[in-house]
Amino acid sequence: MEEIKMPKLGESVTEGTIEKWLVSPGDTVEEYDPICEVISDKVTAEVPSVFAGTIKELIAQEGDTIEVGGVICTIETEGGSASSETPSVDKKEDVESVAAPTKEAAVEEKSEGASEETKHVTQQVEKPENARISPVVMRLASENNVDLNQVSGTGFEGRITKKDILKFIEEGPKSAPVQEEPKAPETTTTEKAAPTQTASAPSAGEEIPVAGVRKAIAAKMVQSSTEIPHAWLMMEVDATNLVKVRTHHKESFKKKEGFNLTFFSFFVKAVAEAVKEYPIMNSSWQGDKIIVNKDINVSIAVAGDDKLYVPVIKNADDLSIKGVAKQVSELANLGRNHKLTSAHMSGGTITVNNTGAFGSIQSMGIINHPQAAILQVESIVKRPVIIDGMIAQRDMVNLCLSIDHRILDGLVAGNFLKLVKEKIENMSIESSSIY
Amino acid sequence: MAKMTYLQAITDALDYEMGKDENVFIFGEDVGYKGGVFGVTVGLQEKYGKWRCLDSPLAESNIVGMCLGAAMMGKRPVAEIQFAEYILPATNQILNEAAKIRYRSNGDWNAPMVIRAPFGGGIHGALYHSQSIETIFASTPGLKVVIPSSPADAKGLLISAIRDNDPVLFFEHKKAYRLLKEEVPEGEHTVEIGKADVKREGDDITIITYGLMVNYALQAAERLKEVGYEAEIVDLRTVYPLDKETIINATKKTGKVLLVTEDNLEGSIMSEVSAIIGENCLYDLDAPIMRLAGPDVPAMPYSPPMEDFFMVNPEKIYDKMKELAEH
Repeated sequence: MEEIKMPKLGESVTEGTIEKWLVSPGDTVEEYDPICEVISDKVTAEVPSVFAGTIKELIAQEGDTIEVGGVICTIETEGGSASSETPSVDKKEDVESVAAPTKEAAVEEKSEGASEETKHVTQQVEKPENARISPVVMRLASENNVDLNQVSGTGFEGRITKKDILKFIEEGPKSAPVQEEPKAPETTTTEKAAPTQTASAPSAGEEIPVAGVRKAIAAKMVQSSTEIPHAWLMMEVDATNLVKVRTHHKESFKKKEGFNLTFFSFFVKAVAEAVKEYPIMNSSWQGDKIIVNKDINVSIAVAGDDKLYVPVIKNADDLSIKGVAKQVSELANLGRNHKLTSAHMSGGTITVNNTGAFGSIQSMGIINHPQAAILQVESIVKRPVIIDGMIAQRDMVNLCLSIDHRILDGLVAGNFLKLVKEKIENMSIESSSIY
Repeated sequence: MAKMTYLQAITDALDYEMGKDENVFIFGEDVGYKGGVFGVTVGLQEKYGKWRCLDSPLAESNIVGMCLGAAMMGKRPVAEIQFAEYILPATNQILNEAAKIRYRSNGDWNAPMVIRAPFGGGIHGALYHSQSIETIFASTPGLKVVIPSSPADAKGLLISAIRDNDPVLFFEHKKAYRLLKEEVPEGEHTVEIGKADVKREGDDITIITYGLMVNYALQAAERLKEVGYEAEIVDLRTVYPLDKETIINATKKTGKVLLVTEDNLEGSIMSEVSAIIGENCLYDLDAPIMRLAGPDVPAMPYSPPMEDFFMVNPEKIYDKMKELAEH
């Protein structure tokens, strides 16, 4: 008998939630057959079986969040029963599996494992991503079995201090709002919390449990907006020429290619080209260094019902406008049908967001961590504009750029945005190629 | 109890011990008729006679060597070196002879002597009158190096030093002489050598320091209190051998330590304190060990702005404390 463990779904991923089991106990599976869907960090991925055999027991239930490496199910492999009888080294290492109700586990082995288990458990401390944990905080966390993700830090850049964790251990996980003041009297948090609960709350309607993709989105947004010092720029762009170009090709393109030539594709292309000139826009803050990415992979936001996906157009600078439009169309379709996988969503280096699609004319985007910038393409609207002392009717669009101010300053961001603006404004039917 | 300056407390200790034990005598440049350049021994020659408070030639090796011989013969000499940096001609007598005589003679001989010397900067004394030289002696087993930070400690530690049966180096901070004033117990008053003292309780950060810096750290801590942090301040009092237990306990209490000395940073007393913390407190540390010290340049400059740049002061300590508290 073999165990299937939660795979590591990405570099920074530490756990995954079982969204749906695709197999039941007794089912026969081949190696690489999908056995369940797992959600993590905006990604839904199918977990393939690493063995051929018969599913024995589903240890993790749908909705359970399992750490990477945790056993999710067991599988009876063909001809593997003989070897599984002898306790393998692998099992001894993973004490939890020894303690699990497997028939093979001998009594002797169990008692031996027990003392080891307590040791093992206290050592298993969740270390928040990218966090600087001091030795004393790590020790206190393991001695008291504290999940450090639950502790809010008041130290430099939100670091968890010794006092934070001592307070957490004393008061429990309930009260932990981030305190802005260096040191507030202990009583304020509880006093503040009390009236909000007793005060006449609006009558409760539907309760939506926060789980799965929504939870992942929330965590990512909090991370982005707390870690990254955002700065915003907006530029007004005259898209009259763009509208002309697009109108010119629109019908024939749809007929020939079978998908729409969207305005959005022109913007993605323009951004990819502009990034080539300002590669720093395509970078990532890594604490002690800034990584400037070589590939220009444009993340785009795709909404599907109540979920938000951010698939990636890889090497967007290599593609023609048609190539971009095709990818946008395909990714949007996959998104609407919830078929996007982690492969579709990883590797983005800068994000372009089509906020104009729902009529927005101005917005302040939250950067897609760990990227350095997000550009919001707003609605194209007809407006009177003064050109050469005369009022003209023009198609205007706002481009809203959010930047990571640790990496980018206003000057480079402004130059970048101006270049995108020029590329859009200088389009013409004669000179701008779709193919 | 009477209010005394740091200087008066030292005079009081000498006076008390000389009155109590006729083996105690003072030997140094200008200590007799003049009463010392700072006036520490004023009146003692008059009171105890010229054989109990003697002027020496301008030769530090002679001062220490003569005192060492007298100590081995049963006297309890108190040598005065006019400024700490002038002790260097006597290092052979101190390091090779006084420190090792008990070991070398297998316990047959010992040297119950004290060497007093004013040290430290901030008094526009420039190169020859501002140095901290404690580290020269703080790695020699057989010696004790004592640096009081307050008038009461100065009296208590000096009496203990005179009564100690082995050589004790007693460094007095020049700037503290007339700056610090407090109630000092009259008559008998001793402070144990080798014991550090918690001068202020706090639970956010721990400051470990000695000498004048203790007073500066206390001033900074009062300011830090206004922004919501409480500093624990440990006064080492004896910088060799160190009171490891107090250092370790004070570190464990907050997990955040700032080590302050006015000496040059590299190879200072704080380097050793830092090593003790590193060896014993790793799993209690909540922040990297921080040190605040003078820069690694040859000497304290004479120019007042440059002296301010070199010298650790309450403002610099406050800034570092705050940085550590907010870590």
